[in-house]
Amino acid sequence: MEFRSYASPGNSQANTSLLYRWHIDLPLLAGITTLACASLLILYSSGGQDLNLIYRQILRFLMAFVIMFVMAQIAPHHIQRWSPWLYGIGLALLLVVLLAGEIGKGAQRWLDLGLFRFQPSEMMKVAVPMMIAWYFTEQVLPPRTSRIAVATLMIVAPVFLIFKQPDLGTAILVGSAGVFVLLFAGLYWRWVILVGISISGMAPILWNYLHDYQKQRVLTFLNPENDPLGAGYHIIQSKIAIGSGGIYGKGWLNGTQSQLDFLPERSTDFIFAAFAEEFGFIGVVLLMSLYLFIVLRGLYIAAMAQDTFSRLLAGSLTMTFFIYVFVNIGMVTGLLPVVGLPLPLISFGGTSVVTLLAGFGLLMGIHTHRKLLPA
Amino acid sequence: MRVQITIKDHIREGQLFTNRAVAFVILCTALVLVIISRLAYLQIISHEHFTTLSQNNRLNVLPIEPIRGLIYDRNGVVLAQNVPIYNLKITPEQVSDLPTTLNKLAELVEITPQDLERFQKLRKQNRSFKALPLRYRLTDQEVAKFAVNRHRFPGVDIEAELSRHYPLGDLVAHSVGYVGRIDESELQRVDQANYDGTSHIGKTGVERYYEDILHGQVGHQEVEINAAGRILRVVNKNAPIPGQNLHLSIDARLQKIAQDAFADNNGALVAINANNGAVLTLTSLPTFDANLFVNGIDAKTYRELRDSEDHPLINRALYGQYPPGSTIKPFLGLAGLEHSVNKGGHVFCPGYFSLEGDSHRYRDWKKEGHGIVDLDKAIVESCDVYFYDLAVSLGVDRIATFLKQFGFGARTGIDIYGESTGLIPSREWKEKERKAPWYLGETVNIGIGQGYTLVTPLQLTLAVATLANRGLRINPRLVSGIQDPLSREMQLIAPTLAGNVDVVNPDNWQQIVRAMTRVVHFYKGTAKGISANLQYQIAGKTGTAQVFGLKQDEEYKEKDVQKKLRDHALFIAFAPADHPQIAVAAIVENGGHGGSVAAPIIRKIMDAYLLKEGNLASEETVN
Repeated sequence: MEFRSYASPGNSQANTSLLYRWHIDLPLLAGITTLACASLLILYSSGGQDLNLIYRQILRFLMAFVIMFVMAQIAPHHIQRWSPWLYGIGLALLLVVLLAGEIGKGAQRWLDLGLFRFQPSEMMKVAVPMMIAWYFTEQVLPPRTSRIAVATLMIVAPVFLIFKQPDLGTAILVGSAGVFVLLFAGLYWRWVILVGISISGMAPILWNYLHDYQKQRVLTFLNPENDPLGAGYHIIQSKIAIGSGGIYGKGWLNGTQSQLDFLPERSTDFIFAAFAEEFGFIGVVLLMSLYLFIVLRGLYIAAMAQDTFSRLLAGSLTMTFFIYVFVNIGMVTGLLPVVGLPLPLISFGGTSVVTLLAGFGLLMGIHTHRKLLPA
Repeated sequence: MRVQITIKDHIREGQLFTNRAVAFVILCTALVLVIISRLAYLQIISHEHFTTLSQNNRLNVLPIEPIRGLIYDRNGVVLAQNVPIYNLKITPEQVSDLPTTLNKLAELVEITPQDLERFQKLRKQNRSFKALPLRYRLTDQEVAKFAVNRHRFPGVDIEAELSRHYPLGDLVAHSVGYVGRIDESELQRVDQANYDGTSHIGKTGVERYYEDILHGQVGHQEVEINAAGRILRVVNKNAPIPGQNLHLSIDARLQKIAQDAFADNNGALVAINANNGAVLTLTSLPTFDANLFVNGIDAKTYRELRDSEDHPLINRALYGQYPPGSTIKPFLGLAGLEHSVNKGGHVFCPGYFSLEGDSHRYRDWKKEGHGIVDLDKAIVESCDVYFYDLAVSLGVDRIATFLKQFGFGARTGIDIYGESTGLIPSREWKEKERKAPWYLGETVNIGIGQGYTLVTPLQLTLAVATLANRGLRINPRLVSGIQDPLSREMQLIAPTLAGNVDVVNPDNWQQIVRAMTRVVHFYKGTAKGISANLQYQIAGKTGTAQVFGLKQDEEYKEKDVQKKLRDHALFIAFAPADHPQIAVAAIVENGGHGGSVAAPIIRKIMDAYLLKEGNLASEETVN
């Protein structure tokens, strides 16, 4: 019964034998590569046709692909073993960053390692779901209440540290990565609803803990026209860019909102608006389909995984990726308040590409290290 | 070990997980649909709305100021032109730190406290996206310095602009006038759309009267701008229609001669072509440099001009009202002839005049008297007693009616604003305005152009021209032609008639003109001083207007009286006497005697006009 589903990868083994031996999942690779190409295309336009920018992005992608490839080679049970260590080191580094920030007076998110800057919070996007998945591996699922409480603490600690940096966007992602493990582990829906209600009840209290600029973002989200030249400017210009794109778009390199600088952050957080302006509704539906395809493939891999750790980790990584996309597009289209999150795999820069592809490497590894029965 | 050891049920766990995965597939798909419907709302349903907003972002319609028409004198000398100047402008909205920017700019170009004050004032009045001038007329050096450093100053720009310039400075300031920055009330008066790109408007003189013709039609350009407001390219352009050029009948050379002839005296002189009313010279002294007003006069200079006792800003030729003095006599003489009063009669002049039953003596200027005087002698020698007698015989109302036919007491309708009406008193006027009855003694005074009677130099000129034309009264005009700057086609302005003084006997004209000719050419004439070497005949009349009332026993001694209280010297004349070409009136304030002070000035004008320009040959005339 359990092994029935293993038949299908076995069928395609002949075709994908080489890629399979290298632990590469072709559908995921195809989706990610297409997104990377779309990223270079829109970046060339929004970056003012600056080839230097494109070279840097290509370099970043290449590095990330190498990391993805390396991650894919590691069998899930090794990952599982390393999980507590990785989580512990990550938490320690977050503390270091926070203390360094206290000393340096001001926001601090990264450690300078000489060669490159390292953001411990990025690492936690992977380390937190790994830790929670590890914690639930030998448990009977759905987990018991005490276990859930411990897991919640494991999530809240790094999220709090990241939130203090302050980096609301990453805190949300790290938090949801952990929560998705809980949800995949079978957390009762009634719990989910209860937590949802209590969080909304606590919203006024949480409000006081927000930084002024974060409060401003929420207020602006509620009424962007209130401050059209200040905080509301981003969202107004973004909506104009998207709306004026229409069905077919203004055409590549022809987006007036982005080309004439009206659209702020047009190569980073608001790149989706630049894309929507130039490629129109058709373009964004294709883009959304591509994202959905990757997410569905990720969930399929999770469903096909053979052990609890793999399932939980694969499911959480995939859903975190989706949340990433949803929060960014939600904010750019005015559905959600402005949170500083890039559009995954499209936006320029950031360590996020590396983290994301490392995550996809893990997914590929989970899928390709299964012990398959011969057909 | 734990009490509760459970064996993991892999099948059940697998099902649970699959259920969750399916739930998330549904959730993800649903959220993607939410996003897609949001995008459909933005990109399909609200597409038009956002397209408009995007266009408004991108495109800006900017007005293009039409080039103001030029003003020339009768010989093509430029009186008003447009010269390029470079102004430094700041768009406050685009400057993040205004005080720092201003400080840094001050290192490159000179910025006075007045510049800053005006800029701050403009900031309060204008919206922050509008570019406001900080400095006008940058020097070439300052332009170069700023151009090199421009990248350091977002929101600051140099704007080349055409600025009005009056090459002759003060010479024609009272006729051409000047332009200045448009103020609130003027903006209400004009078609605001047409003045969208215009900063200046005619304030006085021809510049104001012909504002509509000089201004032209505003053009527009649709430009693409970026978020910083910089113009990237012009998308569409609708060129402005330049204003029309004006050709004045003013002769700058004559104007200069007149101004020089006045020396340091204040006064006014108006010379017109007797045949068509074209104004040749319109002098009002002292005058001022019209260029001062173009880009905002500073408060101190303005105060000095405004508060000066000499009133340089007042156009005396139109606005100044003076007692005509003896220059009124030819007109009264004609009235006497017309009404057959004292016709051919003689009056004995003992040096004073008294009304019957009154001991008050109205003095003649000649203490010992003129003896027996007829009309001719009364005009030639300017006998006061003759005209005292004539005025009493005519009566105030007949005098008023007759003088008004010559245009006295009403605006002439010249093509610049700011005329006074002057005043021709009558019984009715006195009862209405002064609430008092008319006294006979007042009639005596108006016989020699004193009392209530007031005229403007322009009225005098037109009246003497009417005499020259034997009753044809022409309208004065400064502008003789309007020229399209593109096709160079000139539209001439035809002379027009204001009216006609009807006389019973045309010979009466001849009598008056003959007497006026003898004023200059007869050895006893009051203006005989200017007759030396005259190549043509001048018909004229001197006048001396009292500024300062003398008491009964006092005697007027020029040297004893303060300059300010001395008599005004007047002279009116036309020439040549037999076929008049030019008519002139001059008043020299506190100048003394008309014959010795005002007449020589007019002689110079006439010589210059008739001899040097060969205008003795007849010109276009009114029919």
